[in-house]
Amino acid sequence: MLTESEPHFRQPLLKTPFHERARALSQVDSFVAWSGYSTVDVFTTVEQEYFAIRNSTSVYDLTPMVKYRIVGAGALRFLNRLMTRDMRNLAPGKVAYSVWCDDSGHLIDDGTVFCLAVNEYRLCTAERQLDWLCASAIGFDVEIAEVTEEVAALALQGPTSCALLQALGFDGVERLKPFELRQFAMPPAALPVMVSRTGFTGDLGYELWMQPADAEGVWDALMEAGRTRGIRPIGSRALNIARIEAGFLLPNLDFISAGHTLRIGTERSPLELGLGWLVDFGKGHFTGRRALLEEQRRGPARLLVGLDIEGNKPAHNTLLYADRAGMKQVGSVTSATWSPTTKRNLALAMLDAPHFAMGAAVWAEIYLNRELTWQRRMARARVVERPFYAPARRRATPPADF
Amino acid sequence: MTAAGTPRYDCIVVGGGHNGLVCAAYLARGGRSVLVLEAAGQVGGAAVTREFAPGFQVSACAHLLHLMPGALMRELGLSAQGLKLAAQHLPTTALSGDGAHLSLAPAGLAQRLPADAVAYGEWQALGQRLAAALHPVLTDAPPRLGTGSWRARASLLRLGWRIRRLGRCDMRELLRIGGMNVQDLLDERFESPLLKGALAVDAVLGTNLGPRSPGTVLTLLYRMAAAGGAEALAQPAGGLGALSTALAGAATAAGAQIRTQAPVARILVSADRASGVVLASGEEIAADVVVSSADPKTTFLGLLGSEHLDAGFTRRVAQLRTGGLAAKLHLALERLPQFPDLDRQALRGRLLIAPSPQYIERAFNHAKYGEFSAAPMLEITVPTLADPTLAPPGKHVLSAIVQYAPYSLRSGWQAQRQSFTDLAIDTIGAFAPDLRDCLHSAQLLTPPDIEREFRIAGGHWHHAELALDQFFLVRPVPGAAQYQGPVAGLYLCGAGCHPGGGVMGVAGRNAARQVLREAA
Repeated sequence: MLTESEPHFRQPLLKTPFHERARALSQVDSFVAWSGYSTVDVFTTVEQEYFAIRNSTSVYDLTPMVKYRIVGAGALRFLNRLMTRDMRNLAPGKVAYSVWCDDSGHLIDDGTVFCLAVNEYRLCTAERQLDWLCASAIGFDVEIAEVTEEVAALALQGPTSCALLQALGFDGVERLKPFELRQFAMPPAALPVMVSRTGFTGDLGYELWMQPADAEGVWDALMEAGRTRGIRPIGSRALNIARIEAGFLLPNLDFISAGHTLRIGTERSPLELGLGWLVDFGKGHFTGRRALLEEQRRGPARLLVGLDIEGNKPAHNTLLYADRAGMKQVGSVTSATWSPTTKRNLALAMLDAPHFAMGAAVWAEIYLNRELTWQRRMARARVVERPFYAPARRRATPPADF
Repeated sequence: MTAAGTPRYDCIVVGGGHNGLVCAAYLARGGRSVLVLEAAGQVGGAAVTREFAPGFQVSACAHLLHLMPGALMRELGLSAQGLKLAAQHLPTTALSGDGAHLSLAPAGLAQRLPADAVAYGEWQALGQRLAAALHPVLTDAPPRLGTGSWRARASLLRLGWRIRRLGRCDMRELLRIGGMNVQDLLDERFESPLLKGALAVDAVLGTNLGPRSPGTVLTLLYRMAAAGGAEALAQPAGGLGALSTALAGAATAAGAQIRTQAPVARILVSADRASGVVLASGEEIAADVVVSSADPKTTFLGLLGSEHLDAGFTRRVAQLRTGGLAAKLHLALERLPQFPDLDRQALRGRLLIAPSPQYIERAFNHAKYGEFSAAPMLEITVPTLADPTLAPPGKHVLSAIVQYAPYSLRSGWQAQRQSFTDLAIDTIGAFAPDLRDCLHSAQLLTPPDIEREFRIAGGHWHHAELALDQFFLVRPVPGAAQYQGPVAGLYLCGAGCHPGGGVMGVAGRNAARQVLREAA
């Protein structure tokens, strides 16, 4: 939010409504820019924060997620033509993850669609999309407005998150199934908070959506109720480990939006990204459908897969080869991490056909920094199932009490 | 097919304008069952003859015939269908305020402007050589690039070879002037402002351009190449509507059916393929192929609907520049007005009020800011001199194209219609002092009128502006430039396609060829 006291050019990054609280808890003063906002990269240590996601409850400020309000008599038809997924099944109170493509069937972005009422939706995306949404709105009775600054949002993720919300007076939150949402009035002041059982961690968790004016009140209440449930604010670095374990993609790391690519051939289609399950050819026309049908007929030239790599050195920025000698490159790693929970060296990687087959073996060229002495290691890597980590509690309804 | 059965055709042609009729005729000759659906009560679209005052008839939109290839007219047997020309090789005369009007005929020029006459001869010769080389561009379907098709490559190679064969001098000249504005070109070659003004008219008539606008040499070359380099202006007996009647006759003779007063409300799509149309009455008619002669915006955004199209393509169609700038003035005259200093032969031809390129540019300036020209440019004909049947005995009709009259007039056409009509009449009256005394009544068709009456979004004659970015390989938009859009079974055959508008018929013929080839 801009404040009146300073002109905009003196505060190039916006502050979220949680900024003062986050700054007070930050021990290492590590902030990064995200969609024009200043957000926390690390509060204390990445490891400590990561284990809050998996063992207790983490709080992550996702206000910078770009949000659009989509309303109008033609809103459903508009969304169904925009998205690769069939949106006609998305009833009020439900959330859907989907992607959308350009005319060539190349991915523009992914995001979540919240159906708030009949023909009233909220779309949350990583990148700004207004231009494409407006182009897609030609011929549809729909109004689109960016509401990023009007909605503050927190992700509450971890095994104790449900118990924490119940303790706070979110009655019935335990009955929310994955990808459902509901409006709550948070006691004692009856602050209106929308809760959706969604997240980016692949764990039990919720996302809380509120007015910016209520943001600090909700934050304080969460921190107070979470004291006995291990609540901990987290930054983007810890979240990144969890999302790789969950097998989720991040724009600009695992793919570049087709709206931003400059070089021909660097765009990616949902089929290449392993998101074919999101593409519904039977629902009627959507942007990119004809191109994707043609691509499906040809068969994908490359595929984003999960890799399990020997050793414990994360395969950051790693080239992948068919042979140990490293003569024939067949792909590269897009995201990599050592997974503390599964105790595996994991990566998401783009592999050329036919090397992306499940169980196929490739070689990863990993560079090791041994006290500024660099070594090169060829590590064996195997194509494995995603998600790498999928605890039963992420779907259990009601979740376990703590 | 019986009255009780569900009607089904191989091809439905949406719109019975000249391109729709040409397309229907070729499709029917190719053995297809064809139904033409025309919204109006008569076929012809913008090539119609209408009564605009009791007993007075006029070619209501286009008023001269000069671009339709002779081969096409012969192939369709239009003279056998009753088409006669009341006049051809109409002379062009540039009107001058001082009465020293200039005939563009070689003899007249040589007498008045010896130096310019030589230069004009050279320009005409160059124009004919370039037109001959470029003529195939305007008659063939444009190739689609990036498909690796040998047909497309061969087509481009042929074009390149034809340009190369012009020889070093002509090829260099073509490449040099191709992107220029017409005023610079005319200033290089000619001295007389009156001559330059008259030539500039051909470059900007019916476009959203002034003589200083880039790309106006292209539109001039386009007109010359489309006309085969000849000044072959003609006036059909009975007006342009007679041409449409003959085209309808040719289509019917080949087996096509034509229904008037049958406006199409929607193009039906099933399984991502055009499958027929729904009329405004609710009647559904099934067909394997739908060919639309409506403009691209009407076809894709109106009749088809963006839900059947990709968003990027939809945006390109929505962004087509389709705002018309030409108004049409029709005067019913009790008697022939006296044009002093103008002989009767000249009066039978085409009269231009555009005394210099600067005059046109000033007229265009207003249009840029949403105003109509304070001193408009006009192309005038008095068709009753060659064809008295258009008016009661002894009476006359004057038909004029008046530029610039922007589609989106800032102050609104409702309020300004009369003042622009008066302005146009007075502009002509400056050359015919008794014009007001002869006047029975006047009709002005502004671009919004043309949009409404002829069902052309934006009221642009060419359906979409003729400019390099909406031309040839990419006309009307990338993804629909070969008479076929992204939805299988739906073709375009109107002026929004290559090679564009004017009463040419080539788009209709090329679209029919494409349908016959691809949907064989």
